[in-house]
Amino acid sequence: MFKLDVNGQQVTVDCSEDTPLLWVLRDHLRLTGTKFGCGIGQCGACTVHIDSQPVRACMIPIEKAQGRNVRTIESLKCDDNFSVVQTAWLEEDVAQCGYCQSGQIMAATALLEKNPDPDEEAINEAMSGHICRCGTYPRIRLAIKRASNQLARGES
Amino acid sequence: MSSTTRRDFLKQSALASAGTILVGFQLPVFAKKQALVTDAFIRLELDGAVTLMMNHAEFGNGAYTSLSMMVAEELDLDWQTIKLEAAPTEQRYYSPLFGEYLTAGSVSTASSFMPMREAGARTRQLLLEAASIHFSAPISSLRTADSKVHHRDGRSVSYAALIAVVEANGLKPPEKAKLKNPEDFAVLGKPQRRIEAPEKVDGSAIFGSDIRFDDMLFASIVRPPVYGGFARDFDGTAALAVKGVVRVKKIDAGIAVLARDYWTAKKAAGLVTVSWEDGGNGGLSTKGYSVEYRELSNKPGLLAENIGRAEEIIAETEDGLVIESVYEMPYLAHATMEPMNCTAKLAGEHCEIWVGTQYQSNDRTVVAKMLGVPEENVVINRTLSGGTFGRRASKTADFVTDAVQAASGENVPVQVIWSREEDIRGGHYRPQFIHRLKGVLDNEGYPLAWHQTVVGKSIMQNTKHDPAYMVRGMDIYSLDGCLQEPFGVFPYGTSYEIPNHRIESHNPPKTGVRPHEWRAVGHTHTGIAYECFLDELADKGNKDPLDLRLHLSRKHTRMHNLLEKLKKVSNWEQPLAAGRGRGMAARVYSNSWIAQSVELTVDEDGSYSVDKVFCVVDCGFAVNPLGIQGQIEGGIMLGLNAVAYGAIDVVDGRVVQSNFHDYRPLRMHQMPEVEIHIMPSELPPTGVGEQSTTPIAPAIGNAIFNATGKRVRDFPLDRQGFVLKG
Repeated sequence: MFKLDVNGQQVTVDCSEDTPLLWVLRDHLRLTGTKFGCGIGQCGACTVHIDSQPVRACMIPIEKAQGRNVRTIESLKCDDNFSVVQTAWLEEDVAQCGYCQSGQIMAATALLEKNPDPDEEAINEAMSGHICRCGTYPRIRLAIKRASNQLARGES
Repeated sequence: MSSTTRRDFLKQSALASAGTILVGFQLPVFAKKQALVTDAFIRLELDGAVTLMMNHAEFGNGAYTSLSMMVAEELDLDWQTIKLEAAPTEQRYYSPLFGEYLTAGSVSTASSFMPMREAGARTRQLLLEAASIHFSAPISSLRTADSKVHHRDGRSVSYAALIAVVEANGLKPPEKAKLKNPEDFAVLGKPQRRIEAPEKVDGSAIFGSDIRFDDMLFASIVRPPVYGGFARDFDGTAALAVKGVVRVKKIDAGIAVLARDYWTAKKAAGLVTVSWEDGGNGGLSTKGYSVEYRELSNKPGLLAENIGRAEEIIAETEDGLVIESVYEMPYLAHATMEPMNCTAKLAGEHCEIWVGTQYQSNDRTVVAKMLGVPEENVVINRTLSGGTFGRRASKTADFVTDAVQAASGENVPVQVIWSREEDIRGGHYRPQFIHRLKGVLDNEGYPLAWHQTVVGKSIMQNTKHDPAYMVRGMDIYSLDGCLQEPFGVFPYGTSYEIPNHRIESHNPPKTGVRPHEWRAVGHTHTGIAYECFLDELADKGNKDPLDLRLHLSRKHTRMHNLLEKLKKVSNWEQPLAAGRGRGMAARVYSNSWIAQSVELTVDEDGSYSVDKVFCVVDCGFAVNPLGIQGQIEGGIMLGLNAVAYGAIDVVDGRVVQSNFHDYRPLRMHQMPEVEIHIMPSELPPTGVGEQSTTPIAPAIGNAIFNATGKRVRDFPLDRQGFVLKG
């Protein structure tokens, strides 16, 4: 039995200790917003936050996530409110197939939490580990900039 | 963080987003009470929602948005009232173009443009008649807007409230209703955001692999190491000993391990010992294909096109004046972000399936045949797909039969998920192709004769599409993009005119590695060979590549105008700094014309970056400019990715590549800036999804030549010393 905090809720999971957090989320907790893309930490589709850091859930065995705060795409909306990043994603009409977007949004959210005004290099650094096969990259960049501007306005 | 509510977001967006998409339900749809079904595509709900039946799959293509726009335009729908449902596998939802339930060929928007608008217009007319009774007023005093009928005296009634009037008076929609004039369009032709986007930013969108049932099992398949091999025998004892494993069984694809969660199934799959047969494929190699195809390209093939006397002119020309090149394009995997998967439940003579698919009528047929049950016993619930690029239109329904066989005897839903390795290694690939080209110039340096021999496996031979695509023994699908004149199912040729033009075809035996459609199909190789060789002729004839194409297309207005536009918007004649290069290509695919030019920078060591891509497209009336832009950016990304890195190699029957570390995807920092120009047009809409993938690869090859003087003819580029930076 493993205990962890997922999106602010204490959960207990019965699985083998080597089970990656990805499959705990998807199969045991039925939080399917976090996606499986490669299983080797190459694509970023499974990105979640652990203690506010973006991590690849496919590479984190459940025992390493024990007792820590896990945040998934399902937690970004508050009541019915989209987050600033999600709103920017909608405004820029980023998604195509949409499968990678949970991971992209979690990465962008972590980036902007740490650095609300990222330059191109910082955006590349944070996002280059995230594959989109539909080619939504230009709009992801625009959405990050839009969210960044929105945050700057919100804080001024 | 400040935030907006969904409602606020919807309000503040001029173009708002609509409600939930439901995974299809086969039977209950039209049995629902308290709703008015006005058409195969439209259901008015009492709560004010308007449910639209989607008969094209959504996999990033934007079909759900453009189809919704068509109904919304004619029915004057409030965008927020729209709900979508995947239409069931019924004949009335089949593509009128294909006669099957198939989303392919970049034709969803084109083929739906009239049917969906007509559906909307007929329902609107019905509601006007109902409102006429409701208000005791002539229809001429009424108008529709925002899912309501408005009387000119200011009163209005919602569509939902008119359901009772329709039913009480036994009203039926007219067979025909007047469509709006394009100048009155408020929705069509205007940028519209993706209708299902809200679900794709909060994790609630349901893809095939997101289907969950309390009692379901997950399966991982141990597949043969040799492509096309099969299991003779296996020992699943060790796998069965793993806690959570429920079953280990042999299916056609290999050995399926079923467990309570996917990780357990996958882990236990590694413990199964199997004795494999290689199916006679143990000696297969892509290098072997290369040798074989090159030899074939020197032999006369089946004659596809022979305009003038190309062969004779080339034979009569002295050796030094014949330009000859061989181009080779490798196998390519689709590598969709969502690996193949399917969920199936078998109960007695019935089978229910949940899957992201492009081709549900075929999936159903294949499964029904396999199970020996009537087709109506097989129910397909279509989900969203995490990309396809053609992969999910499987003629063998391979990823569907996996799940059906794994679910056999279980009586609970079983979800089979392919690992990325299975996805890359077990794919149906864009086939390897070799093109041999010979050309002769006239006295002014223009192409006089062109002889192209195309060698590669047929995709359509021995499939149900054989009659449409196999012409005199050759697969014209593999020639799409190099024929100068219309041929068979292709209504347009290259839109170039070369006076002597000969195309020959070899389709080697369809054994071994399976050929499959890959975004833009034939153009993915014909485009490179044709457009790069055209540049070779331009260079020999001392012509500017774009001017040469303008010359060749002077009788083809749409191509000619497109090229003029490209020349202008791309600053084609402006000189570039040393180390930089510019190249272009133009293509006609599925009734759309598209041209792209690229600017790139090549370092001394051959590493390069693609700085800018200009794209001009003539796709008839642009239904959703915002969607078109996204499709074009995506096509450019995928085409650039393939030409830069894309190759699947087979050695001793085994696929070498396995995951994203060795089948490299393009990443965000490598994406060029893209500038798109859509040609204004009032002609019927045509496609862009695949079209955008076609010119970029040859344009890159041509730009590298322009920058370095080196002509690459074997792809991908990174194997020829040109490595995309990053």
